Amino acid sequence: MTTIERTSQATTSWVRVCALSDLDVERGRAALIGGTQVALFRLADGTVRAVSNYDPYGDAHVLSRGIVGTKSLADGFEVPTVASPLHKQAWDLRTGAVLETQGRDERAIAAYPVAVDDGQVLVRGKEA
Amino acid sequence: MSTDTPHIGHVVVVGAGMAAHRFVESVVSRDTGPLRITVIGDERRLPYDRVGLTSFFAGAAPDDLVLDRAPFDDPRVTLLPGDPVTSIDRRRRTVHTASRTEIAYDALVLATGSYAARPAVDGAELPGCFVYRTIDDLEGLSAFVARRRAELGRELIGRVVGGGLLGLEAAGALQGLDVACTVVHSGTHLMSAQIDRAGGEVLGRLISQRGIGVRTESRTTRLDPDRTGQVAGLEFRDGSYESADVVIFTVGVRPHDALARAASIDCAPTGGVRIDETCRTTDPSILAIGEVASFEGRCVGLVAPGYAMAEVAADRLLGGEATFPGFDESTKLKLSGVDVASFGDAMAASPDALDVVYTDPVGGVYKKLVLSDDATTLLGGILIGDASAYGALRPLVGRPLGGDPAAYLLPQGGVEAPTGDLPDDAIVCSCSSVTAGRIREAVHEDGCADAGEVKACTRAGATCGSCFVAVKKIVGTELSALGKTVSNALCEHFDMSRRQLFDAIAVSELTTFSTIVARFGRGRGCDVCKPTIASILSGLVGEHVLDGETATLQDTNDHVMANMQKDGSYSVVPRMAGGEVTPAGLIVIGEVAQEFGLYTKLTGGQRIDMFGARLEQLPQIWKRLVDAGFESGQAYGKSLRTVKSCVGSTWCRYGVLDAVGMAVKLELRYRGLRAPHKLKLGVSGCARECAEARGKDAGIIATENGWNLYVGGNGGFTPRHAELLAEGLGDDELIQAIDRFFMYYIRTADRLQRTAPWFADLDGGIDGLREVIFDDSLGLCADLDAAMAKHVEGYEDEWAATLADPEKLTRFHSFVNAPDTPDPSLAYVSERGQVRPASRAEREDGSVVIAGTTLEVRR
Ligand code: SRM
Ligand SMILES: Cc1cc2nc3c(=O)[nH]c(=O)nc-3n(C[C@H](O)[C@H](O)[C@H](O)COP(=O)(O)OP(=O)(O)OC[C@H]3O[C@@H](n4cnc5c(N)ncnc54)[C@H](O)[C@@H]3O)c2cc1C
Ligand code: SF4
Ligand code: FES
Repeated sequence: MTTIERTSQATTSWVRVCALSDLDVERGRAALIGGTQVALFRLADGTVRAVSNYDPYGDAHVLSRGIVGTKSLADGFEVPTVASPLHKQAWDLRTGAVLETQGRDERAIAAYPVAVDDGQVLVRGKEA
Repeated sequence: MSTDTPHIGHVVVVGAGMAAHRFVESVVSRDTGPLRITVIGDERRLPYDRVGLTSFFAGAAPDDLVLDRAPFDDPRVTLLPGDPVTSIDRRRRTVHTASRTEIAYDALVLATGSYAARPAVDGAELPGCFVYRTIDDLEGLSAFVARRRAELGRELIGRVVGGGLLGLEAAGALQGLDVACTVVHSGTHLMSAQIDRAGGEVLGRLISQRGIGVRTESRTTRLDPDRTGQVAGLEFRDGSYESADVVIFTVGVRPHDALARAASIDCAPTGGVRIDETCRTTDPSILAIGEVASFEGRCVGLVAPGYAMAEVAADRLLGGEATFPGFDESTKLKLSGVDVASFGDAMAASPDALDVVYTDPVGGVYKKLVLSDDATTLLGGILIGDASAYGALRPLVGRPLGGDPAAYLLPQGGVEAPTGDLPDDAIVCSCSSVTAGRIREAVHEDGCADAGEVKACTRAGATCGSCFVAVKKIVGTELSALGKTVSNALCEHFDMSRRQLFDAIAVSELTTFSTIVARFGRGRGCDVCKPTIASILSGLVGEHVLDGETATLQDTNDHVMANMQKDGSYSVVPRMAGGEVTPAGLIVIGEVAQEFGLYTKLTGGQRIDMFGARLEQLPQIWKRLVDAGFESGQAYGKSLRTVKSCVGSTWCRYGVLDAVGMAVKLELRYRGLRAPHKLKLGVSGCARECAEARGKDAGIIATENGWNLYVGGNGGFTPRHAELLAEGLGDDELIQAIDRFFMYYIRTADRLQRTAPWFADLDGGIDGLREVIFDDSLGLCADLDAAMAKHVEGYEDEWAATLADPEKLTRFHSFVNAPDTPDPSLAYVSERGQVRPASRAEREDGSVVIAGTTLEVRR
């Protein structure tokens, strides 16, 4: 199994990124947190998710520009997804696990903790 | 021998190539309890796809070539890359590596492959001489070419020595590096090991037509350096001499058997570690697989037998009884634009073999089938110029052909691939040894619902891809035999086809995705159903692509009204109706491209494309273009693309009608029309057809009697000429016929179905279509006309509208918290005076990079 990069707690902190109202429902936006490009998604149920903006198959920072949707897993559980605009691989927005590899090997992406506080979106990541 | 001991202990594999990868994958995929595998490789990488090596030049990064990493992530497996094994101590059962590590084994697997040979002539090691085997070789080659070109300041001359399969692939790669190139071959014709002389000559012509020189019966005797010590030319046995700035040797491979020889393991006199059908060497605890292994006195340089050996070795070590069946030497050339395949006993070496040959020297086609003496059993064959029958014929080797052999050789279209009735044990995919029976089992027992799932499950079609059409065919037959009509569900969220969904939305008058998915589907959609619904809604509701919820349904291309490129930047294509552009317009385009540092190129659709625009630059660029009178060319949408024209009667001495005028009129009429797939038109001013109109969805050709309208053509993957729908039309009649044709298509076609396949499935064919359009047989005409009128009236330029709406512009911010900061990962290098995205290697070494296209001019 591919390991998911996790930012270690010691060096990270909550970073205010934008207002919740800056995000459209089911349309991602990229954000710069320190030097890292993060893709933010506001889902139909109101949750906000943050994953890496980097598409490990396409080798480009584009995931915030992918189409958001859902996929039902074998157990019938429905998970939120984003599909890369380059070659349509898709990931679980909660964990960064890859759900559709388009026949390639599995490449997960990092997922970041998100909090919404008083209309502000906070992401836990490395500050510059 | 310890064949039935399931406890196999520590397996050491020498060599981390393709056969090693398959071996590890095979062992770990069977649950085998306590065992450890250590793979020692001399390349500094994970095992990669050597067969696909040439795609490196098509822009694949080394990482793209890496084979599935999962087996190497298994905790039982350790990979030691970059550390060659230097000796084997059979008595102590250990191996030693260059880094002076000593590793003990219970079983040892030699998978050291081959190395590429260089001819034993003076100068073969000069700088500028390369072999073609590893990623390192290719990186060295491309760096050398770039440096040498800069040094010499001119086009380079390349020679590939060796005209086999690999030589032709290398020549294609050199050509891809813009090196003028000739293949030098010592035999009488190209690929003389696989194909006969007549076929080789047809192939030689095809290769020359592709712009690659061919020189046969020429043995290289010496290579000379120039004053700088780098290669400058080759001398041949007949005394002639040719210059060369870069040389690639593809004169054969030699098994990497030195380790085995030094350890006194029995090797064949011609090279290679001798194995029996269990893949064991003369030392029972040592096995050999892949190109290094010699079976019945031969080594074969193909991946399929190496994979088969890997499976046998894995099975035997785990106590199984598998045996290696012998070599399958089928091959297909991976050089784009040249079809060559040989399979089975291609050279008709079997006693009394018969051959049946079809040649069309003018069309560049040569096909030969080798049959048993009673002309019933297929033994092998050669296909040049048209290898479409390869996938169907190869599995039939050794079996009755079941039909007139000639039928298989006639130009395409003659026979259906007979894969439906292939016996279960016929190998369909030779890369992964998958039989027809296994594919059927994947459908019936593993529940695979389409060819893609079968590929993931069995690996059939996953390596070289040449069998995939055959795989699809079998899967289709099985599914329909099961009564499971091949599902036409759009995706997991909608059980309907696009056509059914179109009707459902039209009837229910729903206008948002949320209401549609709640009523007719489930979940929150995906990258398949969302853009489909956006396209349906745009036809029915006709609002701006970035209005309301519809904006979130669009692909990034439609969302930002530009085409995303490989690095995440975009291209910009303004409309130039009919291919017409004023000098002033050209100047504006030139200024914009220069100011924003964009790469500029003419497209195949008669207009100009500017590449490398960043998300946040798109509004600024379009502001300039819109101010100068340009509008979106919609190169991104599934919508009208271009109307190609020839100059027609206005200037051309043969033209009979105003082709440009009509093209402009049609383009302005249909611009922005969203459809199941893109739409293209062409208008030619006379029957000479300079606008290639019959290659378009609607092709219009002027005659003395008016316009002839052809429909259902396209280029692309499956080219098809449009068919004549009506003759001698006046301007208005022509437009009305096209209106109805397009609207009927938009209403009834499936997702991503162009007019050609839609038309091919249409009830009643061209006559039926004529009745719908001209005789109103379905009573639809009034509706179709009204729908088109609504479209024409409602058209607005998406870019002008977007620029006028500050709210929409926030979508072009690069980062929500840093709206104007360019994506810091973008990097470009200069090539022929313009920019192009830097390759991964160029970005990593950083030396040649121009960061962000326009930083130097705009910031
Ligand atoms: C830019 C251009 C190549 C060029 O440098 O000349 C081009 C570029 C692309 N073509 Fe094309 N095609 C271009 C002319 C053509 C032509 C020639 C023509 O139009 O006369 C053809 C063959 C004719 C035809 O379509 O029947 C062509 C057949 C394709 C196909 C195959 C369609 C098929 O039915 O098999 C695709 C794939 C698809 O659409 O699914 C494709 C897809 C694409 C895409 C969209 C691939 C992609 O997703 O990135 C490329 C994006 C354009 C971009 O980034 O701006 N392009 N493409 C040409 C743009 C024309 C224009 O001005 O809009
Ligand atoms: C450009 C190109 C195109 C090809 N196209 C096709 C095709 O279309 N169809 C086809 O069937 N085949 C094709 N082949 C051949 C195919 O790639 C080989 O048959 C296949 O890779 C053989 O697998 P292998 O594991 O035996 O050897 P390899 O993949 O070569 O692996 C052997 C590995 O062992 C390493 N090694 C050697 N000695 C030592 C040592 N002492 N210690 C540690 N490591 C060592 C080598 O460096 C290498 O990494 C192509 C080859 C090339 C180069
Ligand atoms: S089709 Fe060719 S010959 Fe005819 S008008 Fe056009 S350019 Fe002239
Ligand atoms: S034959 Fe190569 S992938 Fe099937």
